[in-house]
Amino acid sequence: MTLETVLLVAAALFSIGLYGAISQQVVVMVMMGLELMLNGVVLAAAGFWWFLSPAPDGQVLLLVVLTAMTVEMAMGFAVATLLHRSKQSDMTDMATDLAQ
Amino acid sequence: MLSEIVFWVLAVVAIAAGVAVFRVDSMARATYALAASFVAVGLALLLLDLQFLGVMTVLMMVMEMAIMAIYMIMFMGMNPALMPMSMVHGKRPALLVSIGTFVVLAAGAVLVPWPTRRGAPAADLVTSLGEAVMHSKMLVMLTVSPVLFATIVAALVLALPRGRYDRLGPELRHRSRHGRADR
Repeated sequence: MTLETVLLVAAALFSIGLYGAISQQVVVMVMMGLELMLNGVVLAAAGFWWFLSPAPDGQVLLLVVLTAMTVEMAMGFAVATLLHRSKQSDMTDMATDLAQ
Repeated sequence: MLSEIVFWVLAVVAIAAGVAVFRVDSMARATYALAASFVAVGLALLLLDLQFLGVMTVLMMVMEMAIMAIYMIMFMGMNPALMPMSMVHGKRPALLVSIGTFVVLAAGAVLVPWPTRRGAPAADLVTSLGEAVMHSKMLVMLTVSPVLFATIVAALVLALPRGRYDRLGPELRHRSRHGRADR
């Protein structure tokens, strides 16, 4: 296990998540893609921390990334609820008027 | 040697489960696959001696996937969540973008001359994290706390069925101008 291998796995997770976030139509599935991207970020940050500078600061950064995941989940579910209530749908294509 | 094997097993599980999220034909199975991917990454964090963060990742993500399952049942009904579905758009461009991103990131991971490790990890990493949070990095936690509180408020404002926007509807802008919107 080296930094390169950890980063390669993290890059794979990030790219798979990116594919999902771009291609999926259901809001919850888009959120799953974003979560998978952040999963890769968590693994990469852990790899950097362990192999480059294992000081407590890096753990705090990971804690912040996990917080970002929580915020993303909470706001995503709230938007999904709002969309479902107003449009009776949970598809991203039905939410184009949110930009107006 | 054992940790090497365990890491590769976890890596394969994390990636395969990640692919399965967008390959399986039901959202319920996609949720389970994502949970499996998160558990594998959480266990990989344990291999890197991140005990607290590894356990927290596993617990938090399993809980989150349970909430996602509830949302699917709530919005789509139990049967549609288990029925085959394919709701994608721009599949080919998305595939190209993700493959391109992987190539760039992988090239960076392999080609960049990473520096050697500086310093050694603390004897008790959980204690050192707790001390950092309560001492030198307290500002980070002081920032994260109001962000989380603001998230709770914003999520409630968006999700409540009888919020300000629903109550006033198209009259919101007109009534705000006359100072009567907050009644």
